[in-house]
Amino acid sequence: MPLITYREALRAALSEEIARDENVVILGEEVAQYNGAYKVTEGLWKRYGDKRLIDTPISEAGFLGMGIGAAMLGLRPVMELMFWSFAYVALDQIINNAGCVRYMSGGLLNVPIVIRGPANGGTNVGATHSHTPENLLGNMPGLKVVTPATAYDAKGLMKTAIRDNDPVMVMENTLLYGEKWEVPEEEYLIPLGVADVKRTGTDITLIAHGRAVITCLKAAGLLEAEHEIHAEVIDLRSIRPLDEETILDSVRKTHRALVVEENKPFCGIASQIAATIQEKAFDELDAPVGRLSSIDAPAIYSPPLEKKQLPDPQRVTTKVLEIC
Amino acid sequence: METLATPPPYADAAINKQLTNDDKVRLLRDMFRIRRFEQTSLKYYNLGKMGGFLHLYTGQEAVAVGTVSLLDKNDHVITAYRDHGHALAVGMDMKPLMAELFGKATGCSKGKGGSMHFFAPDKNFWGGHGIVGGQTPLGAGIAFALKYKGLRGCCLCYLGDGAINQGPFHEALNLAALFKLPVIYVIENNGYSMGTSQKRSSAFHDNLAQRAEAYDMAWDVFKGEDIYEVRARPQIALDRAHNLSEPTILEIQTYRYYGHSVADANAKKYRTPEEIEVYKTKHDPLRVWTQHLLDEGIISEQEVEQIDIDAKAETNQAVQFAEESPFPEEGDIVRDVYREVDEQTKAAAHGRYFFNT
Repeated sequence: MPLITYREALRAALSEEIARDENVVILGEEVAQYNGAYKVTEGLWKRYGDKRLIDTPISEAGFLGMGIGAAMLGLRPVMELMFWSFAYVALDQIINNAGCVRYMSGGLLNVPIVIRGPANGGTNVGATHSHTPENLLGNMPGLKVVTPATAYDAKGLMKTAIRDNDPVMVMENTLLYGEKWEVPEEEYLIPLGVADVKRTGTDITLIAHGRAVITCLKAAGLLEAEHEIHAEVIDLRSIRPLDEETILDSVRKTHRALVVEENKPFCGIASQIAATIQEKAFDELDAPVGRLSSIDAPAIYSPPLEKKQLPDPQRVTTKVLEIC
Repeated sequence: METLATPPPYADAAINKQLTNDDKVRLLRDMFRIRRFEQTSLKYYNLGKMGGFLHLYTGQEAVAVGTVSLLDKNDHVITAYRDHGHALAVGMDMKPLMAELFGKATGCSKGKGGSMHFFAPDKNFWGGHGIVGGQTPLGAGIAFALKYKGLRGCCLCYLGDGAINQGPFHEALNLAALFKLPVIYVIENNGYSMGTSQKRSSAFHDNLAQRAEAYDMAWDVFKGEDIYEVRARPQIALDRAHNLSEPTILEIQTYRYYGHSVADANAKKYRTPEEIEVYKTKHDPLRVWTQHLLDEGIISEQEVEQIDIDAKAETNQAVQFAEESPFPEEGDIVRDVYREVDEQTKAAAHGRYFFNT
């Protein structure tokens, strides 16, 4: 199976869906002639032309709203945000228009749009460019949120998101764009709402999404090598819809859980997962559910400090040792 | 602003010459239906039958009726929260509209949207939007989709004068001009953004539509009391959209008789009773159009009265329908959120969508 980058996997998904459905159109800042600020769309404009790849001005509320209006009429726009942080000037369009018009019309219409881009810290770009809104937008009924952690998942989830008839927010990670994974050449889709057990174990369940999954896999390796603790790692992949069964099945086996995220701790994804486990598997637990999030402050610029602000394998290991 | 009816030449415009006598009577009927619908809504709102806000269109009827009467099968409409007039003008039935105001399951949005959120995609009507100016990028998007699909159509995107200072409106204007989108922004200028007059809320030179010049976009400004004028002037913008795929801003000067919403406690403080009275007497769109039809010998006083009686009866039937309809059930709260879930498709086969404990 060929090894390709997360970036190439996304590009392959976009390319295949453009070729498959004439209603798929890519819009965003620098997506066409510049080949993408992070080169996700590199080569697509040359291949598919002006109609299918459209450079927009720096105007997130305007162009996201335009995409939503076009989706109401049946197009399948895939909107690139250079950073998900830039969505904050367009939240009315995303939440009120993409998220609520189906409901407020009593189901008369739907918005088959994808909004995608990186949502991560860890790149020393300061607080304004480092937001992780998966909890914010996952809190909005009407929106779907996915957070692929590998190239394989990125491709499969992106293709599914584009074919979905509801608005799907795809949150990627610039630190993963250059990482390689095995991705089959033949077509595959990954359904929304299905978590993936990325490593099996018996002593504790590590639940994560996005890049925190990679952190947990590294921590699981350390725990096994140095402490003979066998951690199971669950990648949520999809935040909303959420695969609770895979989480609960694992906790019933390991009886311990730590939720790890690069999101902030207050009302974050980990809070939701921890609440779910205590509600539905309380009697299975041998220890309180642990949470490990980014240190609760705006993203710091200072490079060595920002590394410490995000969960790393060492912090995960320390936290696991407190629980086990 | 002294005469009751605006004199020709608008009656002689080609688009108005096409109107049959029946067409002209229908336009009058449509305006009476809106007026009676709004009066009845107000009555039942005050009786406590409705929740939330009620933004009445009374006084502005010629704008929606006149502009919508120009539209063809690939032309679309989207508006803000003062949407009852547009909904009726595009042909929505009164019963589900009234039921929606009553919060009933038979409402046009199944009781999930309320007064500000009427929709009828089958009539090319895309809402009904509650956030000031929030619909303006959607209007550009509808036009974008029409152009993408190669259809000869346009989108009429209505907004109030209070919306013109919202950032997304300016972003939408830039996109519309940049991408040459067939969208027509119709500013229904009723003079007040809630309780703040135009002069206290907007920086402008001669008028609001003139802001189009900054985006190299065509614009026009005119009065909204005479159907003839409200058809003749927008037709130029429609031709521009259809033939050149270019946007326009139209500013139509109009007036609302009631407050920003019925909950507008200061509705009678920021305007004088005289100001309202002058408009009602000299510039009322129903009176102006009625006068045209009487002058042209198309209709008698008695027939006008009958149109009003019919409109009132239709409204009362709508109220009865709304009263007798059931409220949505508790289970309906979580329906119509996701299409894939509603239709129980394969795409919705996995994972949890709703987190009620």
